[in-house]
Formats: sequence, structure tokens, C-alpha cells
Amino acid sequence: MPELGWTQIFTAMAWQFLPVWLGMLATFAVSVAFKRRLGLYGKLYDSPVGMIGFGMVLFWVLTAIFAGQIITHDPLTQLSGMKNALPGLPVRDAKDGIYPYYLLGGDHLARDVFSRVVMGARSVLSIAPAATTFAFIMGITLGLPAGYFGGRLDTALSFLANLVLAFPVILLFYLLVTPEIQQTGTEIPLPFTDATWRSSIPNVLAAVLFIFPVIFVTVLLNSRFFTNPRQRNLYVGATLVIGLWAYAGLAFNADPLGVWSMDPNLLNVFVSVVFVNAPTVFRIVRGIVMDIKSRDYVAAGQTRGEGPWYIMLWEILPNARGPLIVDFCLRIGYTTILLGTLGFFGLGVSPESPDWGSTINAGRKLLSSFPHPAVVPALALMSLVLGLNLLADGLREESLKD
Amino acid sequence: MLRFLLRRLATMLLTALCLTFVVFYLTNLPPNLEKIAKSEAGTRISDADVESWLHKHGYDQPVLLRYGEWLGVVPGWTREIDGATTGRCIARGQDAASAPSFCGVMQGEWGFSNVFKEPVSKIVATRLGLTGWLMLCVMLVMVPMSLLIGILAGMREGSRTDRVLSTMSIATTATPEYVSGVLFITIFASSVTGLKWFKGTATSAMDDITFQNFFLPVMTIALYGVGYIARMTRASMTEVMTAQYIRTARLKGVRFRDVVLRHALRNALIAPFTVIMLQFPWLLNGVVIVETLFNYKGFGWTLVQAAGNNDIELLLGCSVVAVVVVLVTQLISDLGYAWLNPRIRVR
Repeated sequence: MPELGWTQIFTAMAWQFLPVWLGMLATFAVSVAFKRRLGLYGKLYDSPVGMIGFGMVLFWVLTAIFAGQIITHDPLTQLSGMKNALPGLPVRDAKDGIYPYYLLGGDHLARDVFSRVVMGARSVLSIAPAATTFAFIMGITLGLPAGYFGGRLDTALSFLANLVLAFPVILLFYLLVTPEIQQTGTEIPLPFTDATWRSSIPNVLAAVLFIFPVIFVTVLLNSRFFTNPRQRNLYVGATLVIGLWAYAGLAFNADPLGVWSMDPNLLNVFVSVVFVNAPTVFRIVRGIVMDIKSRDYVAAGQTRGEGPWYIMLWEILPNARGPLIVDFCLRIGYTTILLGTLGFFGLGVSPESPDWGSTINAGRKLLSSFPHPAVVPALALMSLVLGLNLLADGLREESLKD
Repeated sequence: MLRFLLRRLATMLLTALCLTFVVFYLTNLPPNLEKIAKSEAGTRISDADVESWLHKHGYDQPVLLRYGEWLGVVPGWTREIDGATTGRCIARGQDAASAPSFCGVMQGEWGFSNVFKEPVSKIVATRLGLTGWLMLCVMLVMVPMSLLIGILAGMREGSRTDRVLSTMSIATTATPEYVSGVLFITIFASSVTGLKWFKGTATSAMDDITFQNFFLPVMTIALYGVGYIARMTRASMTEVMTAQYIRTARLKGVRFRDVVLRHALRNALIAPFTVIMLQFPWLLNGVVIVETLFNYKGFGWTLVQAAGNNDIELLLGCSVVAVVVVLVTQLISDLGYAWLNPRIRVR
């Protein structure tokens, strides 16, 4: 079989991405049709920059969702004779049912670069947004009282935040994301189950970080429905049951039903990324709260006799949403870069993982002769982060117009 | 001003102590020490041998005490083994009586690297020198470039120039060093495009810096920072350009070029100054990535080697330098901002 030219390669790739194009078309059609009713998201379609950014992000999100249909080969299978294969090379003595080409070539272990990049999108997009969300919830839960009450609490929390921020990120990663660190601490038997929990540093950090969403939602609902005990008990009770169930599974790996669990390596990476991001969010939230708390509607709430948590969560937080949404988009991009850095230094989830940072790390050794295994994930990472940054820029522009 | 300075210095010192303790604690975790014992005394030694090795080398004391010894505020340990006295501060073959009782970072004793077989202070000094050249070139490229882009973009907000330059800045902030480095090497140094204008490694730059071997690493680091500083400069410039005194100058009939150069520029550059100073910690990140990618054996490369090979003393030395650099630049940025900006000048 002849080699494919670049035009044929791009046509073949465009065909593989068909579910993504259909998904994007549907999303854009529906959104443009109803854009006046969709609030800030609808206004995004008035800004060309924001729309391009959203398109790029949507492309990768849909790629991550449909990755199973898009890939041409299994991302871990090695085919003989395809080591460092150039883009468009036909697979040697292809059997039936195997895609006959390596569209973007093969890497140093003769795996398909195209399929690995597509699967990499799934692995990156399943960690980055979740880690950013956790960092935001932690930053908000601590930043609101620090900005609102001020005083000693603020001094102590700000000192801690500055401490983490003064830490060189790479050093922190090297210290926190090592296999040895999982062997620290002692085994502690858990009540109600026969499992044990090791008090290693990442596990302890996870136990601290993962409780914040439960606290956040509980306080959020409690302060809102405080005056209606029946409704309050229902909502808070449901939150506590589901939250603590997930908490037991994720942080202690002790979910009795086995629904929630997290791989120790993944937990390690996840916790350190959240840990690096949370202090910046804390500082942003604290700054916004200090600005907003002198507004009239806050004073009105205080005069009505509302509790401090109600004012923080239901008066101040909704009014701080603009800058926070913009920063959320930027921060997902930054988290993606951080995850890539981790992979680049070989500290990723696992050496075989197709995530973009690890792939760049594996490909950089042969960069001057066979650059394609490293260039393809590099371009993928760049386009995702660029899309997120443009989206944030568009959102900022549109939210400032009000 | 003096009280402000003293308070800042006290906070800085406390931060430095906390950070170095965290690094000390994390590098001296029991599994790491066990690994050292096994690499020094043989991989197949029993657990009891590990224990006795750790005891002999003073690793079995409480971590806080050892941190004090490392810092140089607690007297170093001594051990009586087989009649001979060994200790932290006693060099091999030295008489125990003549050895100093304190030997820590404060006394200039930074320890000995297991991997490079050299004193840590010597390694850190040479490697920092190499990285210094890299940093200097990055600053010389990055600061003028980003200020120019920011000022040109912010001069006329919303113009075509502004849109193009702003989008470019966004694009550079989306390109981390490991992406731009890979792309640069592929385009300018690989056999695929055949350009081969520059070299894909900077190893030869350690002895002799040339344009060919140093351009790509410098551009790789500078590119990621340019976008951020340019955006800050642009924001500050657009704010200044809408101020009353600029309008007055324009209405007086001053030429646009003179308004920008004489009236706007000085006030617009206060905010970017802080940002540039705060870029140093980020540059450190970039330096580590670029030195690894281009195989330039400077400070960042040493840090990676130390961390990857469990070289505790060297890693601690590197961390002290990194932490001090970060804190000092934060202090300079705070003081400089307070000094430059008359509105918040601290009394």
C-alpha cells in the first residue's frame, strides 16, 4: 500500500473526527438559535474571539467524550515495524479489521501517535477541570471568611497561602509526587470496615482537601434554608449522606459499595495540583470580598439580621461570579500546563499514560530526527490552553459590557 | 518606612524558615533515608543494618533537632563508635577536639553531594553562574520586547494593532516552555525541516555562549513570560491613557508621540515593574524545564538531578537558593512598588 500524502492524512483525520464535528455543529446551531435566552454563555456568541476560543475548547471536550470512536488503534498496542514510523505510513501486513495506516506516525515504542493524542485528551480533560473545581471550592471556602471577617483569621490564612505561593512549583512537585512518599506514615485500621488507611502525606492532604466540597455545600444549603428546618434537614441530610459517602471512597478508599475510588498515583497528582492552585484562588476571592463587603446590599443584609455565612454565600459570592468565571477558564488552562509539566518530568500518573506531558517527555529524546511523536501532543496542549485563554478573554469582554 | 521594612523582613524570615523546614522534612522522610542507606552501604543489607547505618550517621534523631543542626543553631551530633569519635562537624581524620561544634548552613557548611561527589556550596555556585547568564539573556530579550508590545497595544485601545498584539500575547501565555521548546527545536534545529539555523542543545554554551547555541533556550523561556508582562503593561497603559492629564495634554496640542513618551509612559510602567519582579519565580520554573530540554547543565538541571537521584544535601541547597530568590524578589517588588507609586508611599 502506498504512503499517504499530507492532504490524504488530513482528510482521513477529519473523517475520524466526524462525531466531534457533528457535536460542534449541533451545539453551535442550538446556542445561536437561543442565544438571547442563555445569559453570559449566549453573549459569548457576540464576541468573535470568545467564540473561536469556545470552539477550540468544545473540540477537545467532544474529542475526549468520543475518544473511543475516534481512535484508529489501541493507544497501548505496539505494531511491529512501526517504530518511529513517519506520518501516513501504512501498517505492515495489516490484518482485517485493523486501520491500515498510522495517520500521524508511530512513537519510539511503535504505538500510534494519533490515537495516543486523542486518548490523551480524555486523560487531561478528566483531571484538569476536576482539580480546578476542587481548588476553587477550597479557595472560596477559605477566602470568603478571610476577606469578610479579616483580623487574625485573615493574617493566618494569608500567611499560609503566601507560604505555598513562595514555593517553587517544580520543587514541590518533585517532593510530593514521588512513589516513596506513599510509603510514609503508619497504617490505621478504619472503623466499620476491615480496610486500613495509610497516613502518608498525599493521603492526609487528600483527607483535608476533599472535605471542603462537603463543607461548602452543607454551609451553602444550611444558610439558605435555615428558616425552614424541614427543607433544611432534607437538603443538608442528603448532602451529608452523598458527600461523606464520596469522601470515604475518594479520600480513604473505604467506600462500602465500591463506587468511589481513586488510583493512588492519580490521587498523588490530583492532590498536588489542587494544592498549588488553591492559594491563588484564595487570594483572588479574598480581594474581591474585601471590595464587595462595603457595598450597600451587604449592609442591608446585615441590618436585616442575616447571618455572616448567608451574606458571604448568597449576597457576596453571586456578585463576585464574573471575575471568578473568567479566572476559572484561565485556571483550567494553567492546570493543564501544570499537568503537562508533571508529565514532562516523568512524574505523571503512569509512564504508559497517553497524557500529553508524558508523551512529549517520551518523544523529546529523539526530537532532532523524529519530532512528530512530541510535536503532535505539544500542538494539542497548546491549542487547548489557547482555546481556554481566548474563551476567558471573550467572557471578560462580554461580562464587562453590562 | 522603617517599620514597614522591618515587618516585611520579619515575615520573610519566618516564611524562609517554614519553607526550608518543609523541604527538609519532605527530603528526609524515612523511605528516602532508607534509600540512601541502601545506596551507600549496599542494596542487600538487612533492616537492622539500615538502622545501625542511620544511627552511625546521625539520621535517627528527631527531625526538628536535625533541622536545627542543618541550620547551624544546634550543636552537631557526635557518636562514640569503636573508641573513635565521629560527628556531623568532624571531618574524616580530624581530631574531635579541634572540630567546631556548630556546622550548618549559617556557618557556610552546605554538606556534601552524594551524586556529584563535591561540596554542595561549590556545585551550587558554579551552576548558579551558568544559570545567571541564561537569566540575564532572557531578561535582556523579554523585558524590552514585552514593554514595547504592551505600550503599542495599550496606546490606542481597541485598534487593529491592539487586537493583533493582544491575541499574540494570549497565544504566548498558552505556550508553556516544553511546548515552545519542542516546536523551536523541530522547526529550527531538526533534520525534518532542514533549516538547522540553531543548535538543538545548549551543552556547548556552558563553555562558550554563541548566538547559535543560546538563542533557542533564551527565546523559549522569554516567550512564555512576554505575553503576561505585555498584558499587564497594556492594561496599565490603557488606564493611564484615559486619565485627565493625558486629555489635557492632547487638548493643549501636544503631539501624540510626545504624550505617550513624556506623559503616559512613566506612570504606565509602575505596575509592570512589580510584575517583572514577580516573574523571577516563574523564570525559575522555565529555567528548570529549558535546561532539562536543552541539556544546559545549570541550576535547574542540577535541581532535577538532585531530586531524581535522592541527593538530599544538594536538593536542600538548591531549595534554599530557590526560596531565597523568590522571597528577595517579592521584597524588592513590594518596596519598589511602594517607592515608585506616590499614592501608596508608606510612611
